Amino acid sequence: MIKGISEAGVHEVNLVVNDEHRQLHLPPWVTLLDALRNHLGLTGTKKGCDHGQCGACTVICDDERILSCLTLATMKDGSNITTIEGIGSEDELHPLQSAFIEHDAFQCGYCTPGQICSGVAMLAAGRGDTREEIQDLMSGNLCRCGANTNIIDAIIAVKNQSK
Amino acid sequence: MNPFKYEKAASLSGAITAVQRPGGVYLGGGTNLIDLWKYGITHPDKMVDLNGLNELKSITELPDGGVRLGALVSNNTTAYHPLILERYPLLSRTILAGATAQIRNSATNGGNLLQRTRCYYFYDPDSPCNKRNPGSGCPAINGHNRLHAILGHSDSCIATFPSDMCVALAALEARVRVSGPDGERTIEFTDFHRLPGDKPELDNNLGQHELITAIDLPANGFADNYSYLKLRDRNSYAFALVSVATGLSIQDGLIREARIALGGVAHIPWRLTAAEAELRGKEPTEANFATAADIILAGASGFEHNSFKIELARRAIIRNGMMALDPASQRPGAQPSL
Ligand SMILES: Cc1cc2nc3c(=O)[nH]c(=O)nc-3n(C[C@H](O)[C@H](O)[C@H](O)COP(=O)(O)OP(=O)(O)OC[C@H]3O[C@@H](n4cnc5c(N)ncnc54)[C@H](O)[C@@H]3O)c2cc1C
Ligand code: SF4
Ligand code: FES
Ligand code: FES
Repeated sequence: MIKGISEAGVHEVNLVVNDEHRQLHLPPWVTLLDALRNHLGLTGTKKGCDHGQCGACTVICDDERILSCLTLATMKDGSNITTIEGIGSEDELHPLQSAFIEHDAFQCGYCTPGQICSGVAMLAAGRGDTREEIQDLMSGNLCRCGANTNIIDAIIAVKNQSK
Repeated sequence: MNPFKYEKAASLSGAITAVQRPGGVYLGGGTNLIDLWKYGITHPDKMVDLNGLNELKSITELPDGGVRLGALVSNNTTAYHPLILERYPLLSRTILAGATAQIRNSATNGGNLLQRTRCYYFYDPDSPCNKRNPGSGCPAINGHNRLHAILGHSDSCIATFPSDMCVALAALEARVRVSGPDGERTIEFTDFHRLPGDKPELDNNLGQHELITAIDLPANGFADNYSYLKLRDRNSYAFALVSVATGLSIQDGLIREARIALGGVAHIPWRLTAAEAELRGKEPTEANFATAADIILAGASGFEHNSFKIELARRAIIRNGMMALDPASQRPGAQPSL
């Protein structure tokens, strides 16, 4: 795809990623997912299907969870992005990360960064009043290991903590 | 995946000027366009990003009592907006029944109307398909056609239009406001999408380079008696096999006005005013909804894998009519199962 670059032009993209200003120069077809992983080295965000079907690439953009694989990086010029690298730290986990450990909410871990970003954004938005509703609102994050029941348990535990 | 140019439009007129070139397309949330580009189904030469057009990003009340939805407002913002939750809960319900929270956060109201079919052959660039490659044939007619149409299909194409939101917009008699190289116009919702006929490559009646600026909702949102029933292979994150949006105005126990629109059954959101007229002045009973269902489905015909949809649609119309009498059952997440 290098061939197309000179013709299509390279765009300056300014992002605040996990509270840090990052400037990139990218051709327009680079997705936010590839920008994060390949250009910024933030490989916590995962590429599952690359077609909007699995949720592994979920990041938080200006307080809302979105799929980074169906977003062009240039579209988000000027935005705030939070990836799994920006949620908690090894010494101080986010409450949802602790709850995932406590509730055994993962096996292989591949879907986990997307699940956490999705869950954190849903909780921050104050959505998900019932277990049923939380299941519905988390259905965009598939888990091939089948940890879904425990994932929902972990989210409900955090929801109850903050009550 | 072809390389393409990108421009973020700074004004409406700037967007319309920027898109006027072969392969110029508008970019809303990108959740359909970027996917189709990745699959090599569409080959945009230039994407004109509309997300900077703040004038298209609000939800406002209209002097006639209706509400205007900006084309660039996200599906989720629309579904959770207080005006929509209170006055157009049917619309909110249909939006939340579609896609996932992540997709709805990016997806725009304008883009939702223009999403392409989910026909498997359309999505496979190696397969013939009259919609993607006019004149190449329609393998769905004698192939896998579980998701396909039972109403309004043609010898060229039997695809369905997959939007949930548009089923409510059809029932509510929304109007689509568009702007283009030749100025502005308003299109009645029922005239917006089109049947495939012998030109299945055209999904709708939008002119070339025309841009959707807003969707206007009339004052009556049927907020007292409404229901959306979406039947699908799993209970979340799947497209409808059959869906029904029903809105009723009831006075003294009789139906004063009825709206019934179907999704997942045709190339357009399907609405038949003759069936609605039949319900006027009648009691909202299973028997009366069954009569309406029979009128709607009188011309239905199926294919090898989707004939079951005719009876499914009939039962869904009846059941949803009864559910509209108890809208409390419509809380998001309180999805009835198949
Ligand atoms: C995995 C998955 C599951 C889904 N499930 C469902 C579902 O269950 N139900 C459902 O209803 N939908 C579903 N969707 C579809 C989703 O609702 C659409 O992709 C979305 O609404 C499209 O909006 P967008 O803004 O992202 O459009 P884009 O992808 O940006 O654009 C779509 C088309 O519209 C054009 N366009 C965009 N905005 C305008 C405008 N203002 N004026 C003129 N042209 C414009 C673009 O050029 C393009 O041709 C699903 C999508 C995915 C990826
Ligand atoms: S049904 Fe329509 S979209 Fe599907 S293969 Fe046939 S022509 Fe193409
Ligand atoms: S990688 Fe984005 S949804 Fe699967
Ligand atoms: S933990 Fe393996 S995919 Fe979810």
